[in-house]
Amino acid sequence: MNSFGRPLTRNEDPRLLRGEALFVDDVELPGLLHVAFFRSPHAHAHLVSLDVTAARAREGVVAVVTAADLGDYWQPGPLLVPPPPVPGMVFNQRCQVPLVRDTARHVGEPVAMVIAASRYIAEDAVGDISAEWETLPAVGDLEAALASGTAYVHADLGTNVAAEVHQARGDYDAAARAAHLILKRRFTYDRGASIPMETRGVVAQWDPRADRLTVWDTTQAPVVIRNGLAGMLGLSERQVRVVAPNIGGGFGPKMMMFYPEEVLVPWAAMRLGRPVKWIEDRLEHFFATTHERSQIHDAEIALDASGKILGVKDVFLHDTGAYDPYGLTVPLNSQCTLLGCYVVPAYDSRFTAVFTNRTLVTPYRGAGRQHGVFVMERLLDLAARELGLDRAEIRRRNFIPADAFPFDQGVIYQDFSRLSYDSGDYEPILDKALAAIGYADFIARVQPEARAAGRSLGLGLVCYVEGTGIGPYEGAKVQVQSSGKVSLATGIGSQGQGHATAFAQVVAEQLGVDVRDVEVTTGDTDQFYWGVGTFASRGAVVAGSAAHEAAKVVRQKVLKTAAAHFECAEEDLVLADGKVHVAGVPDHAITLGKLAGLANPMRGAVTPGTEPGLEATSYFGPASGATASGVHAMIIEFDAGTLRPTILDYVVVHDCGTVINPLILAGQIHGGVAQGIGNAFFEQLAWDENGQLLNASLADYLIPTALDVPRMRLEHTVTPSPLNPLGVKGAGEAGAIPVGALFAQAIEDALQLPARGIEILEMPLGPSRLFEITQRG
Amino acid sequence: MKITVRINGANHTRDVEPRLLLSDFLRHDCGLTGTHVGCEHGVCGACTILWDGAPARACLAFAVQAEGHELRTVEGLAPGPGQLNPLQQAFQDSHGLQCGYCTPGILMTMTAFLEENPKPDEAQVREALSGNLCRCTGYQHIVDAVLRAARAAEQRKPNA
Repeated sequence: MNSFGRPLTRNEDPRLLRGEALFVDDVELPGLLHVAFFRSPHAHAHLVSLDVTAARAREGVVAVVTAADLGDYWQPGPLLVPPPPVPGMVFNQRCQVPLVRDTARHVGEPVAMVIAASRYIAEDAVGDISAEWETLPAVGDLEAALASGTAYVHADLGTNVAAEVHQARGDYDAAARAAHLILKRRFTYDRGASIPMETRGVVAQWDPRADRLTVWDTTQAPVVIRNGLAGMLGLSERQVRVVAPNIGGGFGPKMMMFYPEEVLVPWAAMRLGRPVKWIEDRLEHFFATTHERSQIHDAEIALDASGKILGVKDVFLHDTGAYDPYGLTVPLNSQCTLLGCYVVPAYDSRFTAVFTNRTLVTPYRGAGRQHGVFVMERLLDLAARELGLDRAEIRRRNFIPADAFPFDQGVIYQDFSRLSYDSGDYEPILDKALAAIGYADFIARVQPEARAAGRSLGLGLVCYVEGTGIGPYEGAKVQVQSSGKVSLATGIGSQGQGHATAFAQVVAEQLGVDVRDVEVTTGDTDQFYWGVGTFASRGAVVAGSAAHEAAKVVRQKVLKTAAAHFECAEEDLVLADGKVHVAGVPDHAITLGKLAGLANPMRGAVTPGTEPGLEATSYFGPASGATASGVHAMIIEFDAGTLRPTILDYVVVHDCGTVINPLILAGQIHGGVAQGIGNAFFEQLAWDENGQLLNASLADYLIPTALDVPRMRLEHTVTPSPLNPLGVKGAGEAGAIPVGALFAQAIEDALQLPARGIEILEMPLGPSRLFEITQRG
Repeated sequence: MKITVRINGANHTRDVEPRLLLSDFLRHDCGLTGTHVGCEHGVCGACTILWDGAPARACLAFAVQAEGHELRTVEGLAPGPGQLNPLQQAFQDSHGLQCGYCTPGILMTMTAFLEENPKPDEAQVREALSGNLCRCTGYQHIVDAVLRAARAAEQRKPNA
């Protein structure tokens, strides 16, 4: 019966496989109206005039809404994440607006909303709208954005600086003076997009008789959307129901709040008294859904002669796009995750977040961690080469020792707590990875033989940590139904992570029921009131722990009710297979469903101190996040003529504490690696000097196919987290984080670039860019 | 204009605009929302259906073009309500889906593929799958699912 820790197949799959599962665009309602947006064609321009009369006159058009029509409802969006409590920090808040009123700040920013009887008519009417623009210079290049004489994304600020944060501990200058070796390089990491297969969408329905608003939204955070919409629309929270049904992939950008469309569609449904639907098309998605990644790091490392790190200094620029509603989560992650698995006695890190005339930047799987890992792992590779050390050995020498946990990193993390690694044991992970990839044999035999045969084989080996499972909290309600099935509701949303199975395993473990008999509801604010959202690899850690706590309380209630029924002591009872019996008398069992009925009597009193039903709600809020870790190793071959890579072997050894479901965990790792490969080799948003995105389609912005992602081999170590009752750590981003650094090292190795004085200091690297780089030297 | 399209063995007669996309016709006129739309330009494969038995992108055809043709969508795969066909079962058994958005299109592509190639190897599966994008799984478990379904079909053969 034990289901916890087993590779169970998923509860949610049959409905998805039959095409029965509800996604937002599947919502059909009587009288449904459809929205299309007129969006800015310019990256930076004053809106001189806007003429929507022809659009309003088109047959089938119900309304055309401009910024002026919104009245007081036109407000910049809320600041989702406030700036961190770092002394001396600068933060200039400029949040996105629902519709452009006077200045467009990125291509695709919405200017007018057309509402019509069909999407086809709405798009026709968008073509009827004419606007006169006075174009302004587009801010794109991060360094030029900070030079004098530049245009300003927000003219009133008089600067393009969105934020400056300096965190330091130890004395880097002293470390540098004592160093045997100092290496300094510039590293760049460019923009990509998350590209969930389902674009965004919102459907809203105002029911005047119930006096309630229902919103179906592709959000990762339905509770936060509910609370925000209630405030904006002058409703109480109980009047708003937000449903995030099945969501076709999230990866972070569906955590952004609030997108303009999310603010406008519910408003329109209330104003018009008719349900309204907007579904983003793929072209819109490229401009209107947030991006991530662009940073430029000037980093240096100081080491002693044995390869021990004495200190790291890093100054970096971070592209935040046209607005910064998500605060500094991404650059803070970069700043903190750079420290990786290593003891870094002195650390001095300063970043400047920069406004640009580009789509907003918010977390996308990895959320800035990639950049930090890239910088640190590259610095270690360079140092190993200078010192004549093996790449595995320099990492091993600098690992935080297993007996040093909890390990205080002395910097403020994205959750605003002091970054402290809860637990970890890094050497066994490295050893497993070296064995699995056949490291020694590759160096001694495979690579020399391949080179002798004219083949370009290289190996990559990198380490990383992943901060996961941050607060503030999540909750869960567990209830035994009269059918004997158990329901679990939580406030987070699901985008494919298998919550309906993993959480069911957590509950089944406590209540002795079949995992198929636990019905999990996520993403419906009418089912669970409180919550934050699915982000930062926190679902299993935070909501999973809440489910565990609630299930434990229900278990106590089950046993108490059964003890009264059998007139015995609770210790004498056995709870298994959905039934309770007295030990040794399995034939006289009572089902959980019947016990639920006994706990909700029709006559007699519910005594003081007890509650009706077999139900409990619990909350879990970790004081700080749990730190997972891992090593990726890869063998890659390059075609010398085309520089097309073929991955011959890919190994992930990972430690995310206690594992709830190894099958689901493997899927999370596989998918992350695939996105990492896209990030390293395919995916780069290309802009021209006017801030126009040049590759806004899936035919031009290539994401990996089944031919590009290799078969991966996974191994695990288990160092439980002491910060939650399950001992789990998050795993959602582990696959994606180290891949850029891994590719860089493997490319250098395969093409023997160091011997030619060429270093890989940038990501992503498509074959053409790689060709350019390899022509140097 | 009035059209009749045969979908999963049943006739659907509707009055449609000539410009109505087949994907919108299936989803919003016929209520067959299992077919998903991911890119609307024929790249991602989420909207793949079977058109007279061959995989086709529903977002690249007009509904009027399907007049008189036999279409099959994901809703037509399972042998009965609440059941899964062997390929669908293999997807569950192999954890071949996460968010499930691309899954219907992949099931339709692989249904036609396995009919033509009942005993594929991994390279053939990956080649056939490469016209369908999945952003969640990294494809490995999808490949496993298709190979599992092929093996299961082989074992079901009377003389196997």
